[in-house]
Amino acid sequence: MKFIISLLLIALLSFVACLYLPWWSIAIVAFIVAVLIPQSAGLSFLAGFLSLFLLWGSLSFWISNTNLHILAHKVSLLILKIDNPFLLMLATAIIGGIVAGFASLTASFLRKKKIASPVY
Amino acid sequence: MRIIPFSISAIVSIGLIIIFNTNLILPAPLGKLLSPQHGIWQNAEKTNEDFTANLSFPQLAGKVNVYFDERLVPHVFAEQENDAYFVQGYLHARFRLWQMELQTLSAAGRASEVVGDVALNHDREFRRLGMVYAAENSLKEVEKDPIIKAECDAYTAGVNTYIENLTESQLPIEYKLIGYKPEKWSNLKTALFLKYMSWDLAAHEDDFEMTNAKSFFSREDFEKLYPAVQDSVDPIIPKGTVYPKAKIDIKVAPSVDSLYFNQEPIPIKEQKPDKDNGSNNWAVSGKKTQSGYPILANDPHLGLNLPSLWYEIQISTPGFNAYGVSFPGSPGVIIGFNDSCAFGFTNAGRDVRDYYEIKFKDESRKEYWFENEWKKTDFRFEKIKIKGKPDFMDTVAYTVFGPVMFDKNFDGNKTTNHKNYAVRWKAHDPSNELKIFNMLNHAKNYADYSAAVVNLHTPGQNCVFASKSGDIALRTQGEFPAKWKGQGDFVMPGTDSSYMWQAMIAMDETPFQYNPERNFVSSANQLPADVTYPYYLGSGYTPYRGIIVNRRLNAMNNITVEDMKQLQTDNFNMFAEMALPVFLKNMKVEELNADEKKYFNILQTWNFRNDVDSKGASVFFLMWKHFEDTVWNDEFEKAPKVIKKPFESTLLEAVLKDSSFKFLDDINTNQKETLADEATAAFRKAVIELKDAEAKGKLEWGKYKDTKVQHLAKLEPFSRLHLPIGGGTHCINAAKTNHGPSWRMIVSLTPQTEAYGVYPGGQSGNPGSKYYDNFIDTWSAGKYYLIWVMNKAEEKDKRVIGKMIFSKN
Repeated sequence: MKFIISLLLIALLSFVACLYLPWWSIAIVAFIVAVLIPQSAGLSFLAGFLSLFLLWGSLSFWISNTNLHILAHKVSLLILKIDNPFLLMLATAIIGGIVAGFASLTASFLRKKKIASPVY
Repeated sequence: MRIIPFSISAIVSIGLIIIFNTNLILPAPLGKLLSPQHGIWQNAEKTNEDFTANLSFPQLAGKVNVYFDERLVPHVFAEQENDAYFVQGYLHARFRLWQMELQTLSAAGRASEVVGDVALNHDREFRRLGMVYAAENSLKEVEKDPIIKAECDAYTAGVNTYIENLTESQLPIEYKLIGYKPEKWSNLKTALFLKYMSWDLAAHEDDFEMTNAKSFFSREDFEKLYPAVQDSVDPIIPKGTVYPKAKIDIKVAPSVDSLYFNQEPIPIKEQKPDKDNGSNNWAVSGKKTQSGYPILANDPHLGLNLPSLWYEIQISTPGFNAYGVSFPGSPGVIIGFNDSCAFGFTNAGRDVRDYYEIKFKDESRKEYWFENEWKKTDFRFEKIKIKGKPDFMDTVAYTVFGPVMFDKNFDGNKTTNHKNYAVRWKAHDPSNELKIFNMLNHAKNYADYSAAVVNLHTPGQNCVFASKSGDIALRTQGEFPAKWKGQGDFVMPGTDSSYMWQAMIAMDETPFQYNPERNFVSSANQLPADVTYPYYLGSGYTPYRGIIVNRRLNAMNNITVEDMKQLQTDNFNMFAEMALPVFLKNMKVEELNADEKKYFNILQTWNFRNDVDSKGASVFFLMWKHFEDTVWNDEFEKAPKVIKKPFESTLLEAVLKDSSFKFLDDINTNQKETLADEATAAFRKAVIELKDAEAKGKLEWGKYKDTKVQHLAKLEPFSRLHLPIGGGTHCINAAKTNHGPSWRMIVSLTPQTEAYGVYPGGQSGNPGSKYYDNFIDTWSAGKYYLIWVMNKAEEKDKRVIGKMIFSKN
């Protein structure tokens, strides 16, 4: 449950933050959420990573889809040297994910004790 | 807190942000670029975007409604004229901001700020040519003219209003990719843009090249290689026109023979505008058309780029209702029509840029010798900012002639002879070019047109005109120096005034035609008038397109718009029609092998048309190229490097007239080569390249020529390559590899105007917009769009896709 809440909260707050702040505000959001909702290091990373992976992946897909991928074809060729809009979306999602993931991970080490992974 | 893992993880996080926010490690700041809410994804415009907006700005005096049609052409309806220019500035910025700024930065010699020191030589050359000095002089003229000043102020305010309200995510994609931000617009930038056009159209000369040729060849050879007038010329103003005696009595410098016509070689190479910048325009009177009303056609040939140089627009104000193409960077309609008349331009191509050798007293360059005394130099300090590097300081000396462009500090990046050359360029003189477009937009008749075009000083243009009242006219307009024969063809001595331009040709002495008997006027960059014109016109005019345009127009009657479309996109190669017989007659066919015979057969059956699938056009092109090399290379291999080969017309006319033309002989062999030897040798060399082209599947002319429309930053994915289009040099459809008809327009001046137009680009400068390059296929196919001159009552028409309303509050 904590995991799902962190994931959703990071995604939502990142979206709001990026309306006003630079792109790296996603790291601050992921950090703060991970402080407020403590989880094990592994789950913290995963919550941050997945949250931004899904947010940036779906946002870029949604925007590109309304554009019939006109721009993504060109920019993927320009940046990745391959004409593949979906690869550009994947790169976007991974960059968002990895930055938020490490920010969450950092926050998880703030606590003194190791939190045991929940047992299902 | 677990210090060690925390620290490591924190460092990794911060490191990732730095990596993805800068280009310290990755070639681009990928986080910033790919963030869906900030970066490039924001430039992916919805394909059903309708651009509708309600905007209010305190600078406006009244209301302006803008309706976008399905091609994204804005139809601007303004209650106040100056509000229309404000909105035009806003729209140019909204759709074309990056190119506007890049072109003006480049014009100002500031490209290094954006791209780094690769542009330093360009920047130094432009500053030393005095581009900013020229723009400042023309801005002073604008400021004296309250109407044009208000027009420019409104335009600038419109551009700046857009820039001020621009968020990071809305930045054009090129700013994001290169990593910089737009600065504010100003009237000076508009002036700079117009000077950029002057550079493109009126800065071509070959003074250093010709000085070298003159010093290398004997006088007799020189005159054979560089004759002033072509035999085949069919001038813009027809032969036989009677001109009054020149008003200006030009005094030839007394020292011409000793000091001028004999000089040593000069090793300077400059940055040159494309020599083929040219165009076609014509107007036919109602006596030759089916409708009984005039038709005007114009297609300016310029570099083909994306975003396009042109932006289509309709501007409707209480004073006029004009439609046509505008320059992002400048107010008004440049080529187009209004409810009464139509207007267009081709380049006049006169030589208005000359060089003078300056003698400084000493290294300090503070004084120079002029009219038997030491005169004080003015200095202009040019601070060039360079991306990622310290500023570069350049000090440019100004003399009575103009700025000293080349000296020991700057030699155009070539070896130098350490001499000093000042440049005299007509574009330095004060003038107010925007006035002609303002007046043409308002023009109602021939008198208004005549009053408008005399304001055009530089770049000189052949201005064509047609009106609904039935008039047609063409003026070879510009303020041109009255030169003695040969003046300014070479670098001139600068120690006294005897070589200076003495006066400008009076405006009423420019060649023109008004409702001529032949019932049409035309220009295609050929010589403006024949030798009876009382002023020296220089050389280097291309004769061939003019010949075919006039031949066709002479033969046509009952002309329809459809006929004009066919003529404007005609691929007939006039030069080939005149040159091919020389080869067919002189080729030593019996000596050709089977392969060579195959290509010779293609040549024999070729119809002189550079159509997209023509193989003959490729064979002819390569054969002529090798023929020129075969004839000239032996004589030119020992010549100075900075030199100019003779024109195609010179070689062709020489061999047509004289099959034993002196230069046909290869001076490196003992035997005497004939025209047949040279033609056959050239053809054989061509066949080697032809076989290679055929093996690659590129023998057809369209594929061989490979026309493209390149992005201004040369980013390939933002360019359109391998376009299937015929034509080329010497065809009316002058589509070359990256140069050609940049706007094709045909206007039938019937009571209800019927007009067509197309340019190789699209209305949006955003590579992420479907309107970025959507006209290109239509253009390649030689098709046109029917122009919609919207009436405000048609607001509900289904062609309107969106509406922007601008109001004061």
